[in-house]
This record gives sequence, structure tokens and C-alpha cells, in this order.
Amino acid sequence: MKILGIDTSNQAMSIALVDEDGLVIEKTVNIKRNHSIQLMPSIEALFGEANWVPKDIDRVAVASGPGSYTGVRIGVTVAKTLAYAVGAELVGVSSLHVLAGNGEQIPGSFIVPLFDARRGNIYTGLYHYQQGVCRPVQTDTHIAIEKWADFLEGLQAPVQLVGTDVNKHMDVLNNRLGDRLLLLAPSQTLPRASVLAELARDKKPEVVHTFEPSYLKLAEAEQKWMETQTEESLGGGWIEKL
Amino acid sequence: MSSRKILAIETSCDETSAAVIEEGKVILSNIVASQVKSHQRFGGVVPEIASRHHVEQITLIIEEAMQEAGIAYADLDAVAVTEGPGLVGALLIGVNAAKAIAFAHGLPLIAVNHIKGHIFANRLVSDMQFPLLSLVVSGGHTELIYMSAPDSFEVIGETRDDAAGEAYDKIGRVLGVPYPGGKHIDEMAHKGADTYHFPRAMIREDNYDFSFSGLKSAFINTVHNAKQKGEPIHTDDLAASFQAAVVEVLVDKTIRAAKDRPVKQLVLAGGVAANRGLRSALEKAVAAELPEVKLLIPPLALCGDNAAMIGAAAQVKLAKAEFSDYALNGQPGLSV
Repeated sequence: MKILGIDTSNQAMSIALVDEDGLVIEKTVNIKRNHSIQLMPSIEALFGEANWVPKDIDRVAVASGPGSYTGVRIGVTVAKTLAYAVGAELVGVSSLHVLAGNGEQIPGSFIVPLFDARRGNIYTGLYHYQQGVCRPVQTDTHIAIEKWADFLEGLQAPVQLVGTDVNKHMDVLNNRLGDRLLLLAPSQTLPRASVLAELARDKKPEVVHTFEPSYLKLAEAEQKWMETQTEESLGGGWIEKL
Repeated sequence: MSSRKILAIETSCDETSAAVIEEGKVILSNIVASQVKSHQRFGGVVPEIASRHHVEQITLIIEEAMQEAGIAYADLDAVAVTEGPGLVGALLIGVNAAKAIAFAHGLPLIAVNHIKGHIFANRLVSDMQFPLLSLVVSGGHTELIYMSAPDSFEVIGETRDDAAGEAYDKIGRVLGVPYPGGKHIDEMAHKGADTYHFPRAMIREDNYDFSFSGLKSAFINTVHNAKQKGEPIHTDDLAASFQAAVVEVLVDKTIRAAKDRPVKQLVLAGGVAANRGLRSALEKAVAAELPEVKLLIPPLALCGDNAAMIGAAAQVKLAKAEFSDYALNGQPGLSV
């Protein structure tokens, strides 16, 4: 099975080509650049180097969010359109799960990936290894760092923190977790599309046309609008064919 | 050479659209999914919501366009997409989808300017003859563009503040009509009369530029003062007076610019080209003052944003093999 993995959900961009034997080629860039400019040229270059053609792909795996709204959408748009165009399967993997996949198999420990979500909030999740595979313990969430630190403290277990934004919240986390806080090597803090592609290998494919990013947050205007609505007036069917 | 076909994609604002166009003239399909109902909740387009809807719709709309055209990807000669101007997050969906299609099927990629697209909407219904003068009026633009050839664009006049369509939306909000206000104001204007005599900004000035923010302020002040004094507000007359001021300036400057140049055609383009008041005033003025000039006005279905017009404009670049590479980005402030 030939899999193309794409993660553009935060500042780093990672692309990988993976086949039945594992990684063929991978590119991970941690330079502040526009994903819309660098993603497609990089995909084309990797296909060239690996001597693959687009129609070879059986599966496109994409980091589906949370993360930067625009970044996530660039990855998801390219992934779903490419999957549709070549008739490949599409698999979405949580951007947090991709990061968690960098965690170590330490028995009895949890893996906690996180991205900063501004104003004291984070996107995060709780993961652990089961039968050698990194799996979610509960669903990903958008939460205040203080509340999440309380929760992690209550686990009374070692916690591996993963992500380049961990440092921004180190004070709070260090305070609550003390020596139960485990930090990974710097090389393990960036999302890797090879990890994403492996996580996607056994996942059920999505319906390409209706697949959308997991933002974990409503747009601000929609949030405010929802607050003024009753359940009956929420409506729907926002798109009309002209 | 067999007739060339382009798959075109447009996502610059709040319509997700894909079309298949033959030789820049024949519409094989033109699918438009409008988000207007969604943005009505907020009284105007919310960029983040627009981007979210585009990513939900994009492959579905492309597939529908291909199916309705009844062709395979192997039959295509290029993929075209709006690169700007527009909302950056919205543009990025179309641009990245177009790149993925181009890469998957080994097709050339053509970047199209949205404004040029509006002008070329006319080629889908009539022959365009050069030199021509085009008045582009929409929610984001009010420009007079002189074209000596299909690939030559000279902006000879433009708005110095609000676009005409933007002014319509703003006063629509004051009158409490649903977004987008233009259509409702147009309907009300036909029931009322120009009794308020709003200013015709810059009409005597020796240039082809426009200004609508003063008119908008005069309108808002009139309504505000009447409310404060408890005087009756004649909404139909207000709409008619506003529309008369907008249309008179647009028509007057357009006719003057056309008289100053050797134009064969006068072309109306953009969302506000759907305005009945503007269409009929321009028809009358051209018949009276420019009998030698042919006036082109797109059918209503091609006035709003659509991908068919992008496919029509892309044909000019296809003929010259002017293609983009995969570093193509959205250009929110792209000029003509």
C-alpha cells in the first residue's frame, strides 16, 4: 500500500511517502513559511525523488486538526482533492495524535501532545500505548491550561509532553506535575508525516466529499450567534445551489 | 486542433464554484454553491466561515462540474483558478484544490484575476470586440477598465473609497433588509422616487474616479435625523434616491470615458451588473449617446461570482501558454 502523508496543521510542514515496507522519503520543514506556497512543490519533488506518480497512491493521510485554521485547511484541501482526483482513499488523523505518535512506550505513562490556542487555552489530548500502538484514551479538547494541568495532576502517573508549544506552558505544568513530567528530545517535538502515515495505515477511510477539518472550535462569529439562538432556531442547510 | 476545455474553480468570496468551459465561450457546466444563507446570520460575509464552507464543498462541486460536462479528466487541457483578489482564506481553498487536480492529472495550471473573470463573463454570451471599455461593479470593486486587446487591461478610473456594491450592503443594513442588500434596494427603488436628492460625488470632476462613502454618510445621516425628529421615513423613496445617485455617477462617467476612446463595445460586469436600475439606465444612455457602440450586459446568472467566467478568462492565457507553477498562492489584493 502506497500512502502519502501530509501535516500542515501548524508552523512545521511534514510530508512522507510510505509503502508496505515503511518509509520511502520524508520532508519536515520547521521554518516559518507559507504552506500554500511550499506544500505542492514539495509533494511534487518527493514524488520525483521516489519515482512515484500520483496515480500510484492508494491512500492519502492528512492531519485533520486541530491547529492553525488556515494551515489545517491547506493540508485537508490538497489531501481530499488529490484523493478524489486519483481515486485514492482518504484518512484523517488528529494532528494531536500525530504528535503523540512521537512519544515513547513507557509502561504506565500517558502521552500528552499540545498546541497553544492563545488566551491561556490549549488544544490537547490524552494518549497511551496499547499493544505497541499509540491510541487516544479520550477525545481531543480545547481547554484552559490551568484546568488541563489540574486534570493531569489527578492522573497520578508519568506524563510525556509533546510539542513545540510545551515550553510556553512549562511553568504551570512543571508546578503541578513535578517529576512526573517527562520531556522528549527536541527531535521528537515536531510532527512527522511518516508517523501520521503509519497511524493511518489501519484506519477506516473517510468519505472524501464530506470530509472536513476538526477545528475543535467554532468560528468566533458562529459561537456568538449560537449563544443568541434557541435549539429550534439553529437551522442548517447553509449552502444553496444556484 | 480539437476544441480546448478548461476546468475552472472560483472560491474568492462566498460562492464555491466549478465549471467546464470549451474554447473560452461554451459552458459545458457551471456549478455554483452559494453560502449566502449562512452569512445572513451575521449580516455579512465572515471570512473564517466562508473558508470552512469552501473546504466542505470543494470536491463535491468539482465532481458535479465534471459530471455535468460529461467529460473525463483526460479530455481537459488545463485547470484554471481565481488567484485573487478576494478573501485570502477563501482563495486558498480553490488555489490548493486546483494545484492538486493539476498535479494528479498532469494538467497545466492557469491563475486568473477575478476582475478579469467578471469582464470575460460576457464572452460566454457574445463576441467581445476590442478596443472596449468595461465598467466592473461589485461588492468589492468599482472600476473602469479600457481593453485594447484581450490581454490588455488599463484601469482608467476606480473608486477612491467604498465599492458601489459595498455601499448598497451598508445602506441595506440601515434599512434593515437582509444581506446582501443590493437586490432588495433595487426592488424598493423601483417603487419609490428620487425625492431626497443625495449628492452625486465627483460627477463634475475631470477624471473617471468614483466615491461612494459620502453618499453612504448622507444617506445614514438623513435616516438618523428623521428618526431623531420623529419624522416619517419613506424607505422606498430613500432607496430610489440612493440608487439614482449611484447610477447617475456610474453611467455619466462611463459614457464620458467611452466617448473619449475609440471603443467598439461597452461591457458591464460584476455582481452589481444584476441591478435593474443600472442596466436600464446604461442601455438608455448608450442608445442615446453612443449609437455606434454595442453594449454587452451578462445574463443575471453570470453577474455574480461563478467559475464559468474564470474559465472564459483563462482561455486567453491558455492560448499563450501562460501557466503557473505549484508555488501559486492566493493574492487577496491582486490588481488588474
